[in-house]
Amino acid sequence: MKKTLTTLALGAAMAAGPAMADLVFPDLSYRTGPYAAGGIPFSDGYNDYFTLLNERDGGIGGVKAKVVECETGYNTEKGVECYESTKGQGALIYQPLSTGITYQLIPKVTADNIPLHTMGYGRTSAANGEVFSHVFNYPANYWNGASGVVNYLLEANGGDISGKKISLVYHNSAYGKEPIRTLEELSKKHGFELVALPVDHPGQEQKSQWLQIRRDRPDYVVMWGWGVMNQVAIQEAANIRFPMENFIGVWWSGAEHDVMPAGDKADGYKAVTFHNVGRDFPVFDDIQKYVVDAGKAAGAGDQVGNVLYNRGMYAAMLAAEAAKTAQEIHGTAEITPAMMRDGMEALVIDEAKMEALGMPNFGPSFNVSCENHGGPGLVGVTQWDAESKTWSLISDFKPSDTEVIGKLIEEDSAAYASENNIEPGCK
Amino acid sequence: MFYREAGDFKVSYADDSQTFPIKFDRYRYYVVLAVAFGLIPFLINDYWANAILLPFLIYSIAAIGLNILVGYCGQVSLGTGGFMAVGAYACYKLMTAFPEVSMFIHVILAGGITAIVCVLFGLPSLRIKGFYLAVATLAAQFFLVWLFNRVPWFYNYSASGQINAPERDTFGIIITGPNAPAWATYLFCLIFLAVCALIARNLTRGTVGRTWMAIRDMDIAAEIIGVNPLKAKLTAFAVSGFFIGISGALFFAVYLGAVEVGEAFGIQKSFLVLFMVILGGLGSIFGSFAGAAFLVLLPVILKVVGVDLLNWPTDIVAHFQLVIVGALIIVFLIAEPHGMAQLWRVAKEKLRLWPFPH
Repeated sequence: MKKTLTTLALGAAMAAGPAMADLVFPDLSYRTGPYAAGGIPFSDGYNDYFTLLNERDGGIGGVKAKVVECETGYNTEKGVECYESTKGQGALIYQPLSTGITYQLIPKVTADNIPLHTMGYGRTSAANGEVFSHVFNYPANYWNGASGVVNYLLEANGGDISGKKISLVYHNSAYGKEPIRTLEELSKKHGFELVALPVDHPGQEQKSQWLQIRRDRPDYVVMWGWGVMNQVAIQEAANIRFPMENFIGVWWSGAEHDVMPAGDKADGYKAVTFHNVGRDFPVFDDIQKYVVDAGKAAGAGDQVGNVLYNRGMYAAMLAAEAAKTAQEIHGTAEITPAMMRDGMEALVIDEAKMEALGMPNFGPSFNVSCENHGGPGLVGVTQWDAESKTWSLISDFKPSDTEVIGKLIEEDSAAYASENNIEPGCK
Repeated sequence: MFYREAGDFKVSYADDSQTFPIKFDRYRYYVVLAVAFGLIPFLINDYWANAILLPFLIYSIAAIGLNILVGYCGQVSLGTGGFMAVGAYACYKLMTAFPEVSMFIHVILAGGITAIVCVLFGLPSLRIKGFYLAVATLAAQFFLVWLFNRVPWFYNYSASGQINAPERDTFGIIITGPNAPAWATYLFCLIFLAVCALIARNLTRGTVGRTWMAIRDMDIAAEIIGVNPLKAKLTAFAVSGFFIGISGALFFAVYLGAVEVGEAFGIQKSFLVLFMVILGGLGSIFGSFAGAAFLVLLPVILKVVGVDLLNWPTDIVAHFQLVIVGALIIVFLIAEPHGMAQLWRVAKEKLRLWPFPH
């Protein structure tokens, strides 16, 4: 039914005159359920950036960008439904913001020849582009994040954390389990003790985990949480008076809505990040002028400048730049998903480009190549100030332990390749 | 007029006890089969297969399985999600251990393994009933999910704890993995559904089904007239487990392709299938189909109407869906406790009398 309607509408548009097809960017968002607190700002940022491009620049390379939003509720079944319903509309790139849905889509997008960008989430070993031809996770992945946390702790302790005790509180899912392997390797290398404490979906029940932390008295607690789990964990940490400055979250556990419920007690909580925070960038003036003031902001329009809003905007920016690159390579404004993939693989982000986009020093400079779909993996650390209610960067973007991570990526992607009969190599 | 026994002469006992005694019903059944097997495979595309038909077929199998346990035998179970997980993990282990064996055999074996597990967890039903049994099966749900999360052997020691269905075929046709054609996955599930429904229908019409229903209606009376409760309850658990295991295996291998046990087979799955059975109609095979179709189609229809036609925000539509499903469950419980199957039964009764009602 829907298909016929679309066909009819398309037919009518064709008959009416040579209309330019839009560049379709599906947004598999979640504005409902226990993970909505993170899904809403990300999706708003993603939508608003494309609105900005349409309003200010008239689209990408003269073609309007169209964002098709589809609610997944962080649920893999709905994610599949969203994927199937949007891929027929010429979807150029998928960014599901869910590791579970990513695992589902990796084989599907490869078969359907559509690129998948999982920025800072998804399957880490997708950084190996020789095996994962259609999956990209630049500019940083989970294992960079894990290593970034450990590097930061090394720095704070003068380069020696042997004998220290680190507890990992993680979401008991593919997402939360992802860093364990890297942290285990790093614990061997640096001699710290790792205790992993799983928290089951959705994460409201954490009393026993924090009781154990209270008993164990770890030197540091690292968190791999998402959604409502973050808020509960930070509250629980405050309840047992765990020193907040020794509590570090991954980038999915470090946004305003995560720390606000705990109030002043959350002061000093830290989180790693792969892009800058705050709204002190010229691009936000444009967003205010062309999007928010024009009444075109997505959602309630109250998320501008939040950590996850920035990340959504950054994801949209990388997608738009890849689309531009693809347009240049193939010499046509109306690109296909296959061209988009080429654009992503040839993407070059340097400081001059970021400056021109109004995002100086917002994210790292990097070049994507067929061998490396993972970017440089630079990790910074942010800290929450409860009084001024802001996140600020306390440690600049630094490289992670590529020696350990590279080996793990090699292993895991080789396992995937042999499971699925993929011949690694660059075409 | 056209829906009645009159003029349809039965000349043998076999004719007299057939599944669909009314001619119109019989032909309708053949037409449904013909369309499902002969027409839809030629028209199907990825969207229809993955968003609508596969979930419908797979949930129907699960609903039939649960209906046998809850609707026919009266043993309340909240462990459906856990038992589906057993089917999925059994299928995964078999698929990876014996790649050259046909998918049909893997799925059937997965059903068999689930049947054994289900019987194990059904043993307490000999001592406890009603709510207490529901709690015992709830324990099964949580234990099984915990087990599959905890023991790396089940997910072949993969880093993420997820299981991914590799590409497997049957008779040279790819059934699982991203390259499987839509018609093949659809037909594969349809064959399982058709056979399961046929078995379930005939079991419930025969001796086994009658002992289940006797136990359901009053277990002490059933025991007095010579029904063995041990045998009746455990066969119900076994058959139910077999169907639920098949649906879990198909759910993982054919439909989703990658599964995370806590997310895909959590407690909400148990409730979803239970709602299908309650809304569709307890103790009715048709009800299982109706309930599954209803709960699979409703979100899709609401999405198409709300988001695509009316251009409402996606979150509003998603919230509306919760409100509507919740309201419908309450309405059904009050207005028609026997579910959609009862509506269908009443409609047929009316049709028989039409156009001259009493």
